[in-house]
Amino acid sequence: MQKRWTDGSRMDELAAAFIKPNDRLSSFERLEIYSRQYWFRVLDCLWDDFPGLRAVVGKRKFTKLTTAYLTRYRSNSYTLRDLGHRLEQFLREEPHWVASRQELALDMVRFEWAQVVAFDGSSKPAISPDEILDTPAGKLRLGLQPYLSLLELNYAVDDFLIAVKKQESDVLRGEASNAVGSAPRERNHRKGSRPPKREKIYLAVHRHDNMLYYKRLDPEAFVILTDLCRGVTLEDACAKAVAASNRTNIDWAAQIKEWFDDWSALDWLCRSL
Amino acid sequence: MGSELSNSDLTEGLKPASENIIKPMPANPYNGFTEYGIGIGLRVPHYQHILAKKPVVDWFEIISENFMVDGGRPLEVLDSILEQYRVVQHGVAMYFGSADKFDRTHLGRLKRLVKRTNTPWLSDHLCWGSVDGRYTHDLLPMPYTFAVARHTAENIRAARDYLEVPICVENVSSYAEFHASEMTEWEFLSEVTELADCGILLDVNNIYVSSKNHNFDPYEYLNNIPHHRVGQVHIAGHSKFEKYILDTHDHPVLDPVWKMYAHALKLAGDTATLLEWDDRIPSFNEVHHEALKANQFRDLQLAARTETAA
Repeated sequence: MQKRWTDGSRMDELAAAFIKPNDRLSSFERLEIYSRQYWFRVLDCLWDDFPGLRAVVGKRKFTKLTTAYLTRYRSNSYTLRDLGHRLEQFLREEPHWVASRQELALDMVRFEWAQVVAFDGSSKPAISPDEILDTPAGKLRLGLQPYLSLLELNYAVDDFLIAVKKQESDVLRGEASNAVGSAPRERNHRKGSRPPKREKIYLAVHRHDNMLYYKRLDPEAFVILTDLCRGVTLEDACAKAVAASNRTNIDWAAQIKEWFDDWSALDWLCRSL
Repeated sequence: MGSELSNSDLTEGLKPASENIIKPMPANPYNGFTEYGIGIGLRVPHYQHILAKKPVVDWFEIISENFMVDGGRPLEVLDSILEQYRVVQHGVAMYFGSADKFDRTHLGRLKRLVKRTNTPWLSDHLCWGSVDGRYTHDLLPMPYTFAVARHTAENIRAARDYLEVPICVENVSSYAEFHASEMTEWEFLSEVTELADCGILLDVNNIYVSSKNHNFDPYEYLNNIPHHRVGQVHIAGHSKFEKYILDTHDHPVLDPVWKMYAHALKLAGDTATLLEWDDRIPSFNEVHHEALKANQFRDLQLAARTETAA
């Protein structure tokens, strides 16, 4: 715990002013128990929620970064679930914490926060394909499930996170079992997973049957879904996506129908507000 | 473990037979007049086992804040559990002792959850934990003063009126005491619960932990609270460090705590009991087996009462 308060006062004197010492601990030491528990609790929460970012920047930097984040953005919610909701903002405001890997770190933080949202975000009644067909495309406005996040990313963070989690799982299995030689030990993996390659990807992070998924999207599909979120009519969204595409020899009618069949099956589509 | 406690231990303090009123404490208004037995906390590592094997469990305690979400798997699991089991809500963020007004979002979500679970009572802690909308996510002790007691009781009443469910307030374990305190912790608990007319979730492990950290006799605590207000009991494990004990909920219940539990039953009657195991959680069977040890003490207490009545 810091030895001086923000006004320069000595913490041991401040603590002694309102906390009784006992026969074993000074007032400062008693207060310090709470301080330690606070930091263990909140840092542990971010450690669990952002394994990908931890792998990108390394464990030591991650601890320093998250300590700085929580110092600046203390929890403003009754639930620890929301603890990381301003981490992206923090990394944009203080990029020195991720230095040369800022773009990758931001991709990863956005991706990992989207998973928090997908896990327990609200849902609306899905709109059926028949209901979609009942309204002319030029008038139809659709919404997407609140728990669904659409991400345009510059790195293949989805594959990277899968590799990171597999590696951590393998290490845990090795520590838990008596099969000493058959599972990797953490000391052999200090170098961590290979950083993800730079690759433009479009991801939908969602849930289906209450299981978390992430699905890569074609660029045109991403444009359609993003425009639907903005309240653009179905007709205009599809026209814009096709016009902007650099792909040729595509049966766009069939392709778009296939996408909408998939999205309906996944219950992504609902009525717009 | 059980061999350390004899019938004489359990009958210690009882008056001569003719003066004993040997009746188990009836279910009371603070636990919704229920007679739940031994419960355990509903924890993520056990979900699969519980949903697949459907073990016989008297009741589950859920942490309210874990299910005050908008959708997804937590609510799916909760609804499956509710189809087959009795559930009681236990909160960690009401902060009855806080100087801040209640977070209306939190209260609204809590009320929706209360309706969903139909919990017969709701518990939370005698503590504070937030200032100016910033949360510590901890259960912080308060100075034990009459003014704080009045303020805390007012909050409890307001919460009960809004949530429309009996409230039991839990004594926390603590590592600090305040110069400003005007009374003991048990006097404070008594004062708050009398002013609020609410129940007590008596955490005997917390009493033990605090008694070691603050050098008081835990039995003086147990003997001097309003026993008729005890709606539920918590038991748990803790961790010993060189100069203090930490309430970690990551070990089996230790013998001194079991002994205190037996004494609590003697005073408060057969009360719904919950084993808390929240960290380094072993298998469901191991946790449930530990919880069911409480039945030995319930049975011994009932036998002691019956023997004395005869």
